Amino acid sequence: MIHFDNVTKVYTNQNRPALDHVSVDVDKGEFVFLVGPSGSGKSTFLRLVLKEERPNSGAIHVAGKDLARLSNFKVPHLRRRIGCVFQDFRLLPNKNVYENVAFALEVIGKPRRFIRKVVPEVIELVGLEGKAHRMPDELSGGEQQRVAMARAFVNRPMILLADEPTGNIDPATSIGIMKVLDRINRTGTTVVMATHDAAIVDSMRKRVVELEDGKIVRDQSRGVYGQAY
Amino acid sequence: MRANFIFSEVWIGLRRNLTMTIAVVITVAVGMAMLGVGLMINSQVSMMQSYWYDKVEVSVFLCNQGTASERCKGKGITDEETTALKAQLEKIPGVAPGGVIYENQQQAYENFKQSFATNKALIDAATVKDMPTSFRLKLTDPENYEPIVKAAEVLPGVSQVINQRELIGKFFSMLDTLRWAAITIAIILVLAAALLIGNTVRLSAFNRRRETGIMRLVGASNLYIQLPFVMEGMIAGLIGGVLAAVLLIAAKVFMFEEITKFIAIGAPLGWDEVATSITLTMVIGVLICVLASFVTLRRYLRV
Repeated sequence: MIHFDNVTKVYTNQNRPALDHVSVDVDKGEFVFLVGPSGSGKSTFLRLVLKEERPNSGAIHVAGKDLARLSNFKVPHLRRRIGCVFQDFRLLPNKNVYENVAFALEVIGKPRRFIRKVVPEVIELVGLEGKAHRMPDELSGGEQQRVAMARAFVNRPMILLADEPTGNIDPATSIGIMKVLDRINRTGTTVVMATHDAAIVDSMRKRVVELEDGKIVRDQSRGVYGQAY
Repeated sequence: MRANFIFSEVWIGLRRNLTMTIAVVITVAVGMAMLGVGLMINSQVSMMQSYWYDKVEVSVFLCNQGTASERCKGKGITDEETTALKAQLEKIPGVAPGGVIYENQQQAYENFKQSFATNKALIDAATVKDMPTSFRLKLTDPENYEPIVKAAEVLPGVSQVINQRELIGKFFSMLDTLRWAAITIAIILVLAAALLIGNTVRLSAFNRRRETGIMRLVGASNLYIQLPFVMEGMIAGLIGGVLAAVLLIAAKVFMFEEITKFIAIGAPLGWDEVATSITLTMVIGVLICVLASFVTLRRYLRV
C-alpha cells in the first residue's frame, strides 16, 4: 500500500536530511505506529505519502502509484484515497459537525443525496451520534478529533494518516480515539499513525517503526514504544 | 461540480472583503469608462473624418474696403476684377468644374448668423458690411488641396485663402489629444485595478486558508479550490463593467450629444458605436480581473 524505496529528503537550507535512505513497506490493512523524537522525520514521511513534498532521491509508491510519475493534475485524486488527521484537528469553526464532515465530500463534487446518506453513518462510527449539529467550540478536544476522523474517513480512503492525533488530548480520552482508529483499521483501511504517546503504542501492540535522525532504527511487529529487548 | 457551493463561497469571499471589493469595482468602473470614452472618441473622429474630408472646401477671401491685409494694399476689389478672378480660379487644375461659388456679404452674414446662433452678442455686434466676400472652391480631390491653395493665394484681389481642412485638422488633433489622455488614464487605472484585485485575492486566500487547506487535504481539484477566487475577481470586474457601461451611456448623452449642439460635427456618434465600446470594455475588464486573480492565486495558493 505504501512503499518507500531508499528515500532521502533534504529540505532546502538544511544540511541534515529529514529522511535518510529510508526503505519501508506498509501492507494493505496494516496498522503502523511511526515513533521517534521530534525532528526525526515522522511528519516528513507523512507529507511524502501525500505528495506535499518531493523526495530528493528514492522511489515512493502509494496505492500502486509511483508518485514521481504522478502528474500534479492527478495529485488530488491520490489525496482522495488518503484520509488525514492532525494534532490540531483542523475543523472549520463556522461549520457544525455535520457540515464539517460533509465539506470533505462537497469539495470533491459528491452528489448531495450521497452526502446525506454517508455523513450520518460516519458520525455514528466515530461515536458522535446526536451531536451532528454542535459547533466545534461546543465540543471537547476528544470529540473534535472524532469529527476530524469522521471527515478523514467519510470518503472511505484506502489509507488513513494520523499525525499525533492524541497530542492535544488527555490520556483517558485518547483511548476512545484509538478505539475509533482501530475500528477504521478493521474496515480494511491502512492506518499510519505518528505519535509520541508511549502508553498508547504499548497498549495497542501493533507494528512500530522508529525513526531517529531520519533513519529507521527499528521496525518491529507487535512492538512497544521504548526499545524492546 | 456543485454550482451552489461555488457561489456561496464566492458570496462569502466578496462579503468578507467588502471594502476591497468596492475599491476594485470603482477602479474597474472608472478605468473601463475611460477606455470606453477613448474608444468612443476614436470612432467619433474616424466618422467625422470620413464625413468631412470629402466635403471640405477652400475659401478664397477677397479684398473688401477696409480689409486689413498686405496683399490688398488697402484697396477693395471691383466687380470686374471679381469676375476676372472667378475665371482665373476656375482654370486652376484640381478645382471641380463649376466648383467656384461666389458668396456676397449678405450671404456671408446669413452663414455667420447661423454658425453663431447661440452667441447673440456677437451677432448683434456684426453687420453685413463687416462680412468679407469670398469664393468657395470645390475640389476634385479634397486630399490634394495644397497646390490649389498656393495658386489661389497669389492671384490679385485675394486677401486670404483658408483651407477648411486645416481648421478641422486642429479640431481633430484636439480630439486626438483627448483620446490619448483618456486611454493613458485608462491604462493606469487598469494597472491599479489589477494590483487591487491581486491584493483582494491575497486577502481572500489568507482569510480562507483553513478551508483551502482542508480542500487540498481531502483531494479537491485545483479548479474547485481556485474557482471561487477567480469568480470573485470576475464578479467584481463584471459589476465594475456594468457601472462603466452606465458611465459610457451618460458620456454619450451628456458629452457627445452636447458637443453636437455647439459644433456641427456632421456625423453624430450612434448607439451602435456606444454598444461596441461597452462590449469591448466589459470583455477587457473581466479578462483583466480574471487574469489578475489567477496570477495572484498561483503565488498565494499553493496547490
